Amino acid sequence: MSDSTALRIERWTSQSRLTAIAALVMLTVLGFGPAFFSNNIIDKLTTLFIYVILAVSWNALAGYGGLVSVGQQAFFGLGAYAAVRLANAGVPVYPALIVAPILVALVSLPISSFMLRLRAGEFTIGMWVVAELAHLLVNLDKLVQGETGTSLIALNAYDAGTRHAFNYWLALAAMTGMITLLFALLRSRVGSAIQSIRDNEEAAASLGVRVLTTKRYIFVLAAFGAALAGALWLSTAITFQPKTYFGVQWTAYMIFMVLVGGLGTFEGAILGAIIFAVIEAWFGGTGVWYLIGLGATALVFSLFLPRGLWGWLEGSFGLRLLPVGYRVEGYKGKPT
Amino acid sequence: MMIWVNQIVQGILLGGYYAAIACGLSFMFSVMRIINLAHGSLAIAAAFALFVLADRFGISPFIGLIAVLPAMALLGWLLHRFILERSQRGGLLVPILSTFGLSIVIDNLLFEQFGANTRSLAPAIGSLSYDSWTISDDISIGKLAALTFVAAVLLLGGLQLFLTRTQLGRAIRATAEDPDTVGLIGINARTVNAAATAIALVTVGIAGAFLAMRATFDPYAGEPQLIFAFEAAVIGGAGSLWGTLLGGIVLGVAQSLGAQIAGQGFLIAGHVVFLAVLFGRLYTQQILAHFAKLVGRTA
Repeated sequence: MSDSTALRIERWTSQSRLTAIAALVMLTVLGFGPAFFSNNIIDKLTTLFIYVILAVSWNALAGYGGLVSVGQQAFFGLGAYAAVRLANAGVPVYPALIVAPILVALVSLPISSFMLRLRAGEFTIGMWVVAELAHLLVNLDKLVQGETGTSLIALNAYDAGTRHAFNYWLALAAMTGMITLLFALLRSRVGSAIQSIRDNEEAAASLGVRVLTTKRYIFVLAAFGAALAGALWLSTAITFQPKTYFGVQWTAYMIFMVLVGGLGTFEGAILGAIIFAVIEAWFGGTGVWYLIGLGATALVFSLFLPRGLWGWLEGSFGLRLLPVGYRVEGYKGKPT
Repeated sequence: MMIWVNQIVQGILLGGYYAAIACGLSFMFSVMRIINLAHGSLAIAAAFALFVLADRFGISPFIGLIAVLPAMALLGWLLHRFILERSQRGGLLVPILSTFGLSIVIDNLLFEQFGANTRSLAPAIGSLSYDSWTISDDISIGKLAALTFVAAVLLLGGLQLFLTRTQLGRAIRATAEDPDTVGLIGINARTVNAAATAIALVTVGIAGAFLAMRATFDPYAGEPQLIFAFEAAVIGGAGSLWGTLLGGIVLGVAQSLGAQIAGQGFLIAGHVVFLAVLFGRLYTQQILAHFAKLVGRTA
């Protein structure tokens, strides 16, 4: 048994320390992006940052929390709507884009206390009903004029170049903030609790995990993420048409990114967002076949590679770049 | 006043259609614990199949069903063999993701084939689509709506009889109860589940036919149909066949009354009633549990 002294429990491996440093360097370089990237690349990257926010929030909810929702477009749409409303009420436009998701997160709190009592499949479609209802109610607002929609005219105060740069920085900061927030949450006690609930709710409850409170943390955070993405999307699109923002295709994108990247792996969601952004840039113009391809890919991954590309890489090469869990080092199989 | 009575009558009849589309969803959930998110899309696929038969070959939808329903059954069998069975091994949540992917594929394939135009089978059924019995000045009952309602009741009754009286029906119920143990008494859970999926898709085909006759549809019409089916099934209590009829009626009446109040009210009232029933049920359970605890303590 002398071998057992060689075992140690590790969280940060040298690999993951290197990743953290590389990520910091990359974010710093990206921070200077507007100085040397063309407008087109700035726009593409802004879109990518928004996709990353969507992917990591949905992954936190479904992959870590086991709460599969097909109604996150409710918060995406409400985030954009709240920003339109705030700007209309005279709040300066960029602060409005940040305050809006916070308001939506507050709204998601009472929704969570209802929805989280539903069982798995009921929660899934129940959230969709919430999204439909949110869409219909927003349509009733005179400012939005039904499906005609409105725009964030306050943004016109900035010339195009400045606006693109501001959107880019805001999206970059929002993405970094969201990843950091989720990373910290998933490594905390709440993170362990939420994963234990996903794996076995009754067992977790019997160990003293406060099931509802824990689920609520992740639900509100995921709602905040979706709303943040919605507000940022509005800043790039300027027009607000309820149908585009409350469409179920946002959920389809989130599912695609997370399934392909790796459901329940932290790095996987980010990888999935990058893959999705690249695929969209290449095939987005092909319209219907692009959507058929997305659906088919999601289907195939769910059947044959449910832990996605990252889950497969992780399993095959023992990669651990952004460690959320722990690993045992020095274990060489059973002593004989 | 009579106008409200009329709205209620129309709502009840509409509820028949919701029961027809909901019973397959509810059936699959009770047998396999799977919520099939491609349910609505499959109904629309069946509607398009009937549309092609009527449009290209002039075949009446009622005759067309003779070809479409067996095709739906076969599709159900394949759906189970190639998608549901495998995805179910990944846990409760994976089938939701797979069937969601499938629904995107179906919707967009239909769009690719048929374009964005809205279609209807109403022209293919002649005067049945607008004939009605006049009860009073304000109330008239459409023959098609009545036929849909009767068909839904027969469908639910038929399913009920099938589940209680036939060998396969009993095998399905046993498998729903405990899929691992039925193997011990010589039931192949795999075959039984594939058969159950096939049956569910036959009901989807029937619902699709009635949808296409009473309204218009387009390639992306599956989404709202799935939501209505789900709402009716949950209001009625998932897994209960007659409950589904009641759920469909509650949903239909709520929508119909909502529409009378305002144009947007149709959908809003339906969703609100659904959420109200859901939470009413949760909180009565809680209150009952609390009450039971109180009684237990004093006893």
